[in-house]
Amino acid sequence: MGGSLNANHLMFLGYGALWTIGLSLIGLLGGGIAGFIVALCRISPSRIVRLLSAGYVQLIQGTPLLVIMFLTYFGLPALGVTVSPLMAAGASLTIFVSAYLGEIWRGCFESVPKPQWEAAEGLALSRSQRMMKVILPQAIRIATPPTVGFMVQIIKNTSLASVVGFVELARSGQIINNSLFEPFLIYTIIAVIYFALCYPLSRFSHRLEMRGGPARIELEAA
Amino acid sequence: MHKITRTDAASSVVGLSDVHKSFGALKVLNGVSFEVNRGEVLVLIGRSGSGKSTALRCIDRFETIDSGEIVVCGHRVSDPKLDLRALRQDVGIVFQSYNLFPHLTIEENITLAPCSVKGISKAQAKEQARRVLAQVGLEDKLHQYPEQLSGGQQQRAAIARSLAMQPKVMLFDEVTSALDPELTGEVLKVIEALAADGMTMVMVTHEMGFAKGIANRVVFMHHGKVHETGPAAILTSPATPELAQFVGAGL
Ligand SMILES: Nc1ncnc2c1ncn2[C@@H]1O[C@H](COP(=O)(O)OP(=O)(O)O)[C@@H](O)[C@H]1O
Ligand SMILES: [Mg+2]
Repeated sequence: MGGSLNANHLMFLGYGALWTIGLSLIGLLGGGIAGFIVALCRISPSRIVRLLSAGYVQLIQGTPLLVIMFLTYFGLPALGVTVSPLMAAGASLTIFVSAYLGEIWRGCFESVPKPQWEAAEGLALSRSQRMMKVILPQAIRIATPPTVGFMVQIIKNTSLASVVGFVELARSGQIINNSLFEPFLIYTIIAVIYFALCYPLSRFSHRLEMRGGPARIELEAA
Repeated sequence: MHKITRTDAASSVVGLSDVHKSFGALKVLNGVSFEVNRGEVLVLIGRSGSGKSTALRCIDRFETIDSGEIVVCGHRVSDPKLDLRALRQDVGIVFQSYNLFPHLTIEENITLAPCSVKGISKAQAKEQARRVLAQVGLEDKLHQYPEQLSGGQQQRAAIARSLAMQPKVMLFDEVTSALDPELTGEVLKVIEALAADGMTMVMVTHEMGFAKGIANRVVFMHHGKVHETGPAAILTSPATPELAQFVGAGL
């Protein structure tokens, strides 16, 4: 009832969309680094490290992202640590992404054929040399399509950051709707923007998979 | 350089004594002993499942043994405090599936370990890569990727990669079994040349004709034991009915 959609509203939405992208990048970067460590721990020669990291993954994958957001935003202040909405959202996404990417990447490491690991061992390479020079380059090739695909999940999940007061795309739509009360129009626009962000990534991931497919089969046969 | 007499007591390169190894309830090695001296070629033969690959893998500590002792180039392989990387610098191993690294060129495949493990310079490593590739007749494939090579060429490149580490002993596990018959010869020729050069080798093979020509000693494995052993001549005049049946079936 408060007027009609104008350029200011659209700019506000655009601003929200930028924060969605920003938060996604934070999640991807933070979660990527942490997820890489999780993946390495999951295939560690040490049993205790493997068990602990498996427990971490189970715990995070068994907890809704919403609850992780609540815990970091409302739980930490109760312990005397104040966090901004951006910090809470960024940290929550990092934790969430680390568990999923950690698991995806563990699978990619393990799908490098065992004879490749043994050939590297037989050449007296150290564990880190084997990982960096033999396994990782092959695992990255395998990991690229599912990782790009998972970025779609990250983008969609940033919308949950609105619960801690972080103004990203979904939240900015909500705010505008509170004044305009045009839910169908506004949430359609929001949906279109999410689609515009996610669809290219899905397509890209799919294309990578098509291209990577035959090469991967060859790799496994060798 | 390789004029060491076979009777030299210190010339043992690989020694297994009373080696036992099980996978769960399956007893695969049941008291295996044999010795390989410097410059010797020992050929392991036997039916599929008789434990040949396992014996070979134990030498390079890809499997740990339950009891007995293995000494390789002075390394006590069964010692829990073994320096694994030192052992593997002395031992080259080539598998049936060539296992070249697909993301690296042939040259990079070959220079990786010498540069990373031995710390020699890139230039030196490349020089050496050229030399070992010439040794296996592939000097023109330096900058190709493994997938651009035929199976026989890939296997020769894998042998060259091992040689670049200048091992004291080479282990070959059915290195021609994945190859078409017309590609087998080129790989066997490379191994023959290595033997003529004095390389100490332990090899598993089903090529009986080749084994006869190259073996200083033959070990026939049967049910996880050394059932019969002796010079290459035992392939033509076996003492046990099991070996007789095996070579009869193999010819
Ligand atoms: N890692 C393993 N786990 C369980 N069983 C194995 C393993 N490796 C080999 N075996 C079994 O041990 C036996 C001997 O195998 P192997 O040494 O490969 O024989 P060969 O090379 O003479 O054909 C076979 O029955 C095989 O199935
Ligand atoms: Mg075998």
